[in-house]
Amino acid sequence: MSEKVLMKGNEAIAEAAIKAGCRHYFGYPITPQTEIAAYMAKRMPKIGGTFLQAESEIAAINMVYGVSAAGKRVMTSSSSPGISLKGEGISYMAGADLPALIVNVQRGGPGLGGIQPSQSDYFQATKGGAHGDFHMIVLAPASVQEMAELTVKGFELADKYRVTSMILADGTMGQMMEPVSLDFELAEEVEKPWAVTGTKMGRKHNIVNSLFLKPDQLEKTNIERFERYEIIKQNEVRYEEYLMEDAEICIAAFGIAARVARNAIDEARKQGIKVGLIRPITLWPFPEKAFADASNKVKQIISVELSMGQMIEDIRLSVNGKVPVTLCNRTGGMIPSPEQVLKAIINANEGGNE
Amino acid sequence: MIDFKRLTIVSGHYGSGKTNIAINLAFDLKKLYNNVAIADIDIVNPYFRTKDSEELLKSAGIKLICSPYANSNVDIPALPQEIYSITDDLSMRAILDVGGDERGALALGRVAPKIKQENNYDMFYVINKFRPLTSDIDGAIEVFSEIENACKIKFTGIINNSNLGKETTIEDVLNSVDFASKLAEKLGLPLVLNTVDEKLFEQLKDKVSNLYPLVMQKKI
Repeated sequence: MSEKVLMKGNEAIAEAAIKAGCRHYFGYPITPQTEIAAYMAKRMPKIGGTFLQAESEIAAINMVYGVSAAGKRVMTSSSSPGISLKGEGISYMAGADLPALIVNVQRGGPGLGGIQPSQSDYFQATKGGAHGDFHMIVLAPASVQEMAELTVKGFELADKYRVTSMILADGTMGQMMEPVSLDFELAEEVEKPWAVTGTKMGRKHNIVNSLFLKPDQLEKTNIERFERYEIIKQNEVRYEEYLMEDAEICIAAFGIAARVARNAIDEARKQGIKVGLIRPITLWPFPEKAFADASNKVKQIISVELSMGQMIEDIRLSVNGKVPVTLCNRTGGMIPSPEQVLKAIINANEGGNE
Repeated sequence: MIDFKRLTIVSGHYGSGKTNIAINLAFDLKKLYNNVAIADIDIVNPYFRTKDSEELLKSAGIKLICSPYANSNVDIPALPQEIYSITDDLSMRAILDVGGDERGALALGRVAPKIKQENNYDMFYVINKFRPLTSDIDGAIEVFSEIENACKIKFTGIINNSNLGKETTIEDVLNSVDFASKLAEKLGLPLVLNTVDEKLFEQLKDKVSNLYPLVMQKKI
């Protein structure tokens, strides 16, 4: 067995990015993700990489744009308000089909909000996150080990499909320490014939650009991009099921909420309640089929979220009215307790669906 | 129990477990002396602060000196104004919990001249070999030097706090003692304590010298 180390989730993301071949990090500090930047500041100079603390989030994302256009693996990280600032650059990258990894270690919002954990950027992450027709691949880790592994996967998927991947974590995932093995499969290198690397007088100019002044041309690039999104939807949906075989109640939860939910499910099972968990690992593409299938056998789905209820809308679309979908939540930096989730499970078991 | 000087400074890489050790040492100190304080001079990390154990410390009669902003979620670096009582009130015995790595240790520099002038202190370097940036001797020495340079005080001993959280095994602890001994030898400092979760203490007490059973503080 490989040797484990004790890491914060934020550090695991940084080290995994380096293992995935990322040698360019641009960011601006913000709690609760600053350890990513701090770790990169220490490590990158030792391995011939670049760590640069930009003058702002907007500057950082545009540096990411530039390095990505040059064909290199590149990332940035921030927390909720900082991600909003990066929105413009993220949209430009979508328009120019540029791959990169963007990490959002969410905190309570809206506005400056607070520094305690949250999942209230779900809409922002999964519905585009800025102007224009586009999507990001959104990965939701639920352990420090997954923070590392999904970082590697995020780079790989971004390069493969020429999209931005987002790690959608939260303050607890970023700050908690767990033993982690860094001995995992490394990201595959992907050829980038489109990159702006200098023609050396041997090929046609490559152009990286998101400006299309002719509307028919812009429509065409958007439609082609969405054809690529369809392929992602078919191939890249990831989720985990826990005790769903005989479940009559289904909990839906990702990230830290899924960990809380598992504790509540174990307790409910002791009381003889047949309850299971579907944990989306990709939030976009969303595991629609998993929930549609579940709706054929469970009597209620409970969405456990650290928000006012955002993922619940995707679950409702997936089950199309077949079963009631209820919300069990805390927000603003508060975390649902296992007791609160257990109460919701007991209520659902007794037929309540409010 | 260690042989306490008037001031005991605990520092190390962030996440090395120094806050937990500082609290344990404060309880030891309280068994020996009446006027005991623990000072949180971390200006970097808004989470996992000494203040998390406020009630526990209060009930034991240990004075907590920390920034009024600690645990308020106000994410600004600030030092407690009572910090000067540590160096001015010579009847007080104190544990100083210094922030992680060189940025955090910078704040200690403010009181360093008086601490050195009085010269009745120990400063311990807490090491966890399972933390990635201090997992080899070179990495551990790099962080060690950065802290010394930032706070302008020299370490006087090493505390080995190597652990993998709840997954820590007896073998992990035994391996880490070799590592910490080598580090101590290279730095020319004594290996003062090998800490272990109190649950593992009985199994290890005959195998490791200077073994110290740590009471784990609740984090949330």
